[in-house]
Amino acid sequence: MTTATESIWKEILASSTPTYFEDGKEARKKAFAQLSEIGLPTSKSEEYRFTPITKALEKRFTWTRSTPASSAVSIDQFLPAIGDTHLIVLINGKFSKNLSQLEGLEANVVVSSFEEADSKTKSIIQSLIGTVSKTEDPFAAMNSAYFQEGIFIHVPANIQVAKPILVLHINAAQEKQVITHTRLLVSIEKGSSLSIIEKSDSLGTQPCFHTFTEEMIVAENAVLDYCKIQNDAGAAHQVSNTFIAQADSSRVNTFTLTLNGQIIRNNLTIQINGEQCESHFNGLYLVNGNTLVDNHTVVDHQKPNSFSNEMYKGIMDDQAKGVFNGKIYVRPHAQKTNAFQSNRNILMSESATINTKPQLEIWADDVKCSHGCTTGQLDEEALFYLQARGIPYASAKAMLLYAFALDVLTVVKNENLKAYLDQLISERLHKNF
Amino acid sequence: MLSIKNLQARIGEKEILKGINLEVNAGEVHAIMGPNGSGKSTLASVLAGREDYEVTCGEVEFNGKNILELDPSDRAAEGIFLAFQYPVEIPGVSTINFMKTAVNKIRQYRGQSPLDAVAFLQLMKEKMKLVEIDQSLLSRSLNEGFSGGEKKRNEIFQMAMLEPKLSILDETDSGLDIDALKIVANGVNSLRSKNNATIVVTHYQRLLDYIVPDFVHVLYKGKIVKSGTKELAKELEAKGYDWIKNEAALV
Repeated sequence: MTTATESIWKEILASSTPTYFEDGKEARKKAFAQLSEIGLPTSKSEEYRFTPITKALEKRFTWTRSTPASSAVSIDQFLPAIGDTHLIVLINGKFSKNLSQLEGLEANVVVSSFEEADSKTKSIIQSLIGTVSKTEDPFAAMNSAYFQEGIFIHVPANIQVAKPILVLHINAAQEKQVITHTRLLVSIEKGSSLSIIEKSDSLGTQPCFHTFTEEMIVAENAVLDYCKIQNDAGAAHQVSNTFIAQADSSRVNTFTLTLNGQIIRNNLTIQINGEQCESHFNGLYLVNGNTLVDNHTVVDHQKPNSFSNEMYKGIMDDQAKGVFNGKIYVRPHAQKTNAFQSNRNILMSESATINTKPQLEIWADDVKCSHGCTTGQLDEEALFYLQARGIPYASAKAMLLYAFALDVLTVVKNENLKAYLDQLISERLHKNF
Repeated sequence: MLSIKNLQARIGEKEILKGINLEVNAGEVHAIMGPNGSGKSTLASVLAGREDYEVTCGEVEFNGKNILELDPSDRAAEGIFLAFQYPVEIPGVSTINFMKTAVNKIRQYRGQSPLDAVAFLQLMKEKMKLVEIDQSLLSRSLNEGFSGGEKKRNEIFQMAMLEPKLSILDETDSGLDIDALKIVANGVNSLRSKNNATIVVTHYQRLLDYIVPDFVHVLYKGKIVKSGTKELAKELEAKGYDWIKNEAALV
């Protein structure tokens, strides 16, 4: 560990005995030991080269200060207009039963906090947790050591969950900083389907730091639609580690939209452990001000005959920074894999930046893989064309940016959700045509 | 309608237009011909307001307004239309949505209320017929994957939709086979009226068999070196541009 992280490290150690630590103590101790060994990332850490999260944690947070307990919060302003959903609400990292709405779930579908789960469910949780979250990421280890709350969603075989489940995180940072560590564990069994929308917001302007570890197990012929909305106008610092494991013939569609925040780091790992799988994972980051957004994705083809397609796009304005790292692994046995990746970026100002890096490691010889990344400015010729038809510069610009951004939404199947996302994107781009 | 006086323009350090004078009245069709590199497309671009070119001298008045001070979108709203030589492909924007925005932005500029969906669709259907363009083409991304002929037809469709006072057709015949050329020319002709004017920029006489000009001007080395009637175009077709070049060299 370097001196740069020592002070924050001491603070973490000093604050390391919250009451919830008793729960699953052995696993937490192990994670804690792992975190001690890895240490927090520095500017020299390859995976965090462009994302100075440790510095931000050091400068903006006091680790001995306890997180305020969940207070009465009105959530209406944070509910997206996406029609009827089930609702899970977490305030300052704690599950709020009162604010959540889980009536009308299909029979035998379980949604429960780890703590409140019955003994049968608890044993399922024990058998699943940590099985797909193998990583060296220090914040995943931090999360495993410290998580305050876990939510378990279990869809038994052959159940199509009709309404999406919205997971809403609200950090109440009006008076004090908030540090939260939450987990989500999802198991979708054979032939079932589920749509999850996750949105995080905060109240107030004090800094928030939130780690998410999310494990989603998608069994044979099951379908997962997962959408993450990061539109928190507060001083949000987030690191999420999302792991999705796919079995034979499963389908996964993920979409990550980042519009706001201070430092947002998303690690998304898709393990294709079956044949005939399909995975589409798209992302869009439209950021301005001083926002830094970093998407690290991994798709790991372990079995033959599967298909993955990744499309991330970004528009950076002001001093905003974008980071994209896309790893594709095709293991020796994963013949006939089709894996595609594209990352396209537009820089709107002189001081906006993007660091993009595709990383393909292919051990099989009979595969189709491609990747491409582009970074540029708006097409002047197209701008002139639109203007020459009577569309003023600002509208023409918005129209082109909107057109650039919008095809990432093809992965979103829910029409209500799509319309909502479309609206968020339009508003951000000041689309007034 | 359009009055160009001693217009000079350059791109970077390169002088391209070296003093153009041209008067265009309502109801007239002017053809601007000339060898490659003579400045024809530059003139079209400068009139539409392309920023790559710097106007160094001269005036362009359009219905009494100095248009050189206007943005390209305002020029379009004033009634100037440029049919592009190379229409731009814009993925993700359908021609229909694009046109709806354009029509209503221009209406807004003119202080008119926007067209509602029904009125817009009606207008579109009417204009589609005129240029024999299919709706399925207009629902697709603007010009993306269109053939050369489809792109040009789309230009004329847009022209029909926007009902400009002055249309500038920049090498609209390039890349067209004879059937597409006829359709495009028919579209242009049916839009002609005593209230609007057309400038046809072309290298060849071919298009002028279908869009018959009242005046023909020959542009060479950034100046109009000869003006005449449609007979001049025929003469150019028969004799090529060399005699013009020789004449110009003598002056």
